[in-house]
Order: sequence, then structure tokens, then C-alpha cells
Amino acid sequence: MTGKGDAVTAAALWCDRCGERAAEGDHSACAAARRLEPPRYCPACRRRMKVQVLPAGWSATCVEHGTARSG
Amino acid sequence: MPEILDLARTQVLERGVGLDEAGVLAVLRLPDECVPDALQLAHEVRMRWCGPEVEVEGIVSLKTGGCPEDCHFCSQSGLFTSPVRSVWLDIPALVEAAKQTAKTGATEFCIVAAVRGPDDRLMKQMREGVAAIRAEVDIQVAASLGMLSQAQVDELVEMGVHRYNHNLETCRSYFPNVVTTHSWEERWDTLRMVRDSGMEVCCGGILGLGETVEQRAEFAVQLAELDPHEVPLNFLNPRPGTPLGDRPVVEGKDALRAIAAFRLAMPRTILRYAGGRELTLGDLGTRDGLLGGINAVIVGNYLTTLGRPAGDDLALLDELKMPVKALSATL
Repeated sequence: MTGKGDAVTAAALWCDRCGERAAEGDHSACAAARRLEPPRYCPACRRRMKVQVLPAGWSATCVEHGTARSG
Repeated sequence: MPEILDLARTQVLERGVGLDEAGVLAVLRLPDECVPDALQLAHEVRMRWCGPEVEVEGIVSLKTGGCPEDCHFCSQSGLFTSPVRSVWLDIPALVEAAKQTAKTGATEFCIVAAVRGPDDRLMKQMREGVAAIRAEVDIQVAASLGMLSQAQVDELVEMGVHRYNHNLETCRSYFPNVVTTHSWEERWDTLRMVRDSGMEVCCGGILGLGETVEQRAEFAVQLAELDPHEVPLNFLNPRPGTPLGDRPVVEGKDALRAIAAFRLAMPRTILRYAGGRELTLGDLGTRDGLLGGINAVIVGNYLTTLGRPAGDDLALLDELKMPVKALSATL
């Protein structure tokens, strides 16, 4: 996940854009799209995150793995 | 020079009278090699009737997701499989968003909620949020909360909301293909109430929803009939999980044609670059639009997606010698 925060430090098992397995399939389109999107899925557990977008940043919270913020 | 641009020079540039539907359609059908001429003329029209200043705005989502409506482009509808979850912004975060916006030199801060129309909880959050912003941040507050009752219009005026956004999204004839849970006319009714209240009307839409070029022209003249203070022009950013998630993005040249055509339909309005421009036009297109009729930008992030860094847009305005409209000029 692009960003920094107090959690979500586990290895990325899941694509944070499409929610599919990070190690399977081609996620280059997801990576390209993520330049203009915040993450939506927790990369550690695939839960949909609560995302708040502010004019100068974003935060994404997984109930299990905590909050990540734009860096 | 194509005939339509000669006509536009006389009618729009010299007299300030916007093109009719046939004229707008002719601009939208100009061949690629004529697009630079159309943009140049649109720029002259903007400079003549609006001046060199650019209005800068930031936006934020107060209530995200979980919307009961089915606007087919929107990732915030609760009816689709979009990954966007429902979430509310608290007042301190709202004030922080306003501060971030003001720091860019913006004069406008628009608070947006994904709702059919505001309920009591949302109006209470607005009351508290607008009061907190006005106490701490030197910026004009606008709102976009869906369809309103007359009482809600009155309440927003009382709060000090100076501009209300309610997009028609697309032309009347195509709207039922995009939204089925409410009608174009219901949106028009809200816009009429907003206009009558004295609030400034902000009304635009999204290009690339599948409308024909004729329907794009229809939309431009319907907006011109409304005569809004501001027209935000979005280009579809296809969102995963929405019915329009697989649609192609608007071609850059078509987007630029539309910018010129909308300016030539509405010589005096604030024509704002809104969502999707990064995807459709990229950095170069942003410049072309600002030199082709656009005189306002949303800086920073959007509601659920991210924009160019505000600094990049501000540096571009500086390079183009387009001054950012000052707050004192808006009061």
C-alpha cells in the first residue's frame, strides 16, 4: 500500500485496488490506476477499508489492521 | 477558418451571445485540425467576458458512499458493487480540509454529500461544519447535498452557504439512461429553488457517459438556458463496480472540442475543470483547456479519487500568467 500510518504493515497478500490476490494475475493496470486513487482493500486481509479523501491527502482504515495515510 | 468560428467570433466574442444548439454541434464536429482555432477563440471569449482570473476551489466529501440513488457513473451508490464504503467526515476533519484548500489560495470550498437529499442528521452536520469553517477559515463555503426542499434551501442560505452545486449530469434526453431513481426535472426543480433563493447556482455534468455528440450539444444549451454562475465540466472516470465502469474515457481531442463548445455556448459563466481531466487530458491537456475557455479549477483531490497536486496546477496558472481570483474579489 502506498502510504504510511500506524498499521497495515503486513506483506501485501491482496491487491489494494481490485481486492484479488496480489501474487496472481497482472495488477499493472491497478498500479497505474492507484496513482489517482486511494486504496480500497486492505492488502493484508482483503477487507474493504473505510477511506476518507481530503483535498491534500487520504486515509484508509481496516478494522483489523489499522489506518494507512498518504505519504 | 470554418464558418461556425467566424459566426462565433461575431456573435459570441463581440456581442457576448452564446451559440445555439446547431452552432454548438458544429463546433463539436470540427475536424481535428480546427480544434486549436476553436480553443483560441474560446480563450478570447473567456478573456473578453470573464477576464484573466481563475477561480480555484477545493472539494470534500462529508458523507461518502451508501447513496440510495443509481447514477450509473457513481462509485458512491449503494446499489452497485463498488468497493467504496460508507463513511462520514467529522467536523475537525472538515475544518482541516477547508484549511488545506485555503492554503492553496482557493476562494471556494464545496462540501459534498452522497445522498438523494439531506436528512436532519446531514443538515445538523452542515450547520455545525459551516459554522466551524467560518469561525476558523477565510474561504467561501459552497454545498452539494442533492435535491432540496424549500425549507432546506432557506436553511442553507441562513448558514451562509453562498453557492449550491447540483449537476444535471447530462442532457434531458439522455438522463434516463444514466439515472432511473429520480428525474432530470426533479434536479431542475432544485436548481430553480436555489436560483430564487439568491444562492449562486453551480450546475454542470459529466461527458463520456455514452451520450451522442448531438446530446452533448443539447446539454450545453440546456445549461445555457439555466444560466448558472458556474459550470463544472467532468469527464467520466470509469469506476469499478458501476454500470459505466467499462466505458472508455473521452478522447483528449473530443474533450477539448467540448471545452471550446461549452465556452462558446456560455461566454460569461465560470467554466470549471472538475473530475476526470487527469485521465482524459493529462498535464498537456490541462494547459490546453486553460488556454481554451476554462477559467476555474478544482485543485487537489476529488471526492473518492485523487487529483494532480495543487502545487502543479498553481504553478501552471503562474506560468500562464493567469491570476488566482482573490477572496476580496468574490465578496
